Amino acid sequence: MMLADEASFEVKPSPPAKLAIEGVSKWFRTPRTSVKALENINLTVPEGEFICLVGPSGCGKSTLLDIIAGLTTPDEGRVLADNQVVAGPGRHRLVMFQEAALFPWLNVFGNVMFGLKRVSGLTRKQRREIASYYLKLVGLEKFGKSYVHELSGGMKQRVALARSLAPDPRVLLMDEPLAALDALTREQLYSDIQNIWARRRKTIILVSHNVREATCLADRVFVMSSSPGSLRDEFRIDLPRPRDVNSPEVAITASKVMAALKGHMSVSPKAVE
Amino acid sequence: MKRVLMIVLFFGALVGVWQLATMSGRWSPVLLPPPVAVVEYLSGALRDGTLAEATQVTLYRLLIGYFIGIAIGLPLGLLTSTSDYFEDTIGALALGLQTLPSVCWVPLALLWFGQTESAMLFVVVMGTVWSVVLATDAGARSIPPIYARAARTMGSEGFDKWTRVILPASLPYVVSGMKQGWAFAWRSLMAAEIFVTILTGFGLGHLLHYGRELSAMDQVIGIMVVIVLIGLGADKVLFSPWERFLHRRWGTGLK
Repeated sequence: MMLADEASFEVKPSPPAKLAIEGVSKWFRTPRTSVKALENINLTVPEGEFICLVGPSGCGKSTLLDIIAGLTTPDEGRVLADNQVVAGPGRHRLVMFQEAALFPWLNVFGNVMFGLKRVSGLTRKQRREIASYYLKLVGLEKFGKSYVHELSGGMKQRVALARSLAPDPRVLLMDEPLAALDALTREQLYSDIQNIWARRRKTIILVSHNVREATCLADRVFVMSSSPGSLRDEFRIDLPRPRDVNSPEVAITASKVMAALKGHMSVSPKAVE
Repeated sequence: MKRVLMIVLFFGALVGVWQLATMSGRWSPVLLPPPVAVVEYLSGALRDGTLAEATQVTLYRLLIGYFIGIAIGLPLGLLTSTSDYFEDTIGALALGLQTLPSVCWVPLALLWFGQTESAMLFVVVMGTVWSVVLATDAGARSIPPIYARAARTMGSEGFDKWTRVILPASLPYVVSGMKQGWAFAWRSLMAAEIFVTILTGFGLGHLLHYGRELSAMDQVIGIMVVIVLIGLGADKVLFSPWERFLHRRWGTGLK
């Protein structure tokens, strides 16, 4: 996809944030039982790094993302964003969900404007310019007046990406945003995300169960295991960017991550024997 | 065009069957007047102004009662949808009272307010409020929670979240609640007008009632037709534009 020209608006981009997750634990309590979802998670993410959390379903990776976003409070430990304790959701840590979660009562442009309207210190004109810029960046400048139901799944996630980027957050949290897309659209979005990240650097945490995707996108990949969810292995991916998800280098590295992931699966072949 | 033809054919056939039934002579014309008699009554009532006046009186009562009902019902419905505490109290009350047919409010209204407009209004409001509460509550509860989560991460909390996210998201359900409220208000008012005779205004229900007292079947049927037409017209005027708007935005109801 062609990238848009440099932004015409005069707004200084926010610097990416540093994240520190310190001793975070979380239980899920139902009236009868109490399940430990996360156990003692410690993780430091420097400014502008792209982190990926992979793990089997139910390993608590989405819960961890919710905690970092401030949508859920941890039972133990804390999350620091630029040395400030995260006490609730804030516009500097935006979340992209697996479903695009776009608002059907607004058109595409209105959806991108939604977060922007809650950023103080911008004029109406600036907001409109920023929204147009990001719509162009994701290649949907012609669809500003469309309604959400008129878009394909991939287009919806692109709008969601533009909506998350437009308010210029310092951290972007992605909760399997590409999982529901077809392979071709997904690959297109891999290169889009890498392009955009290169241009407008953010601290990104991506949650995924797709090891190839994680290896293609991240600086560091963390493998999680379930019950209770915990961080097990760390892989630093030093491949040159932009990366192609189909390249042999990505495949080789991904297979190492995959081996680690399988090693932590609760029901491994050895355990059955 | 083909659809219009179908409509004309269908209703033409209905009137035709009615006409044949009267011509067969099996039923007394007092009990089953021919279509022409009904049309004659209606045109007569139109000319001497009875019909226009009665319709005006009825619609005035209906609109006032309906909007009071909506004004109370919508906020209550949204309130009960937000907390189990309100659901267990107000929600239970609404469910209980909604099962009460609106005619059952008439004796109470007569004793409290006498034969006045207030009694009429009370019955309509009581008939409307509870169904609006229940419809709105059910609707607001089915808003995908992801909307609220997405809004919160974008810095929309409290009042802003309510007006910019929860309310627009519940719009389809609010409209169906309002539609249901309208149907209930209409039924309640007719019940009230048939049972409460008051001197301040002579509505369609009263015409229906006196049609029975005078054994004027052409009047009874004619007024019933008018009541049905008003119901259909209200649906087209009040709700169709909203529904079209929602279908366009939400992508629902597309063929």
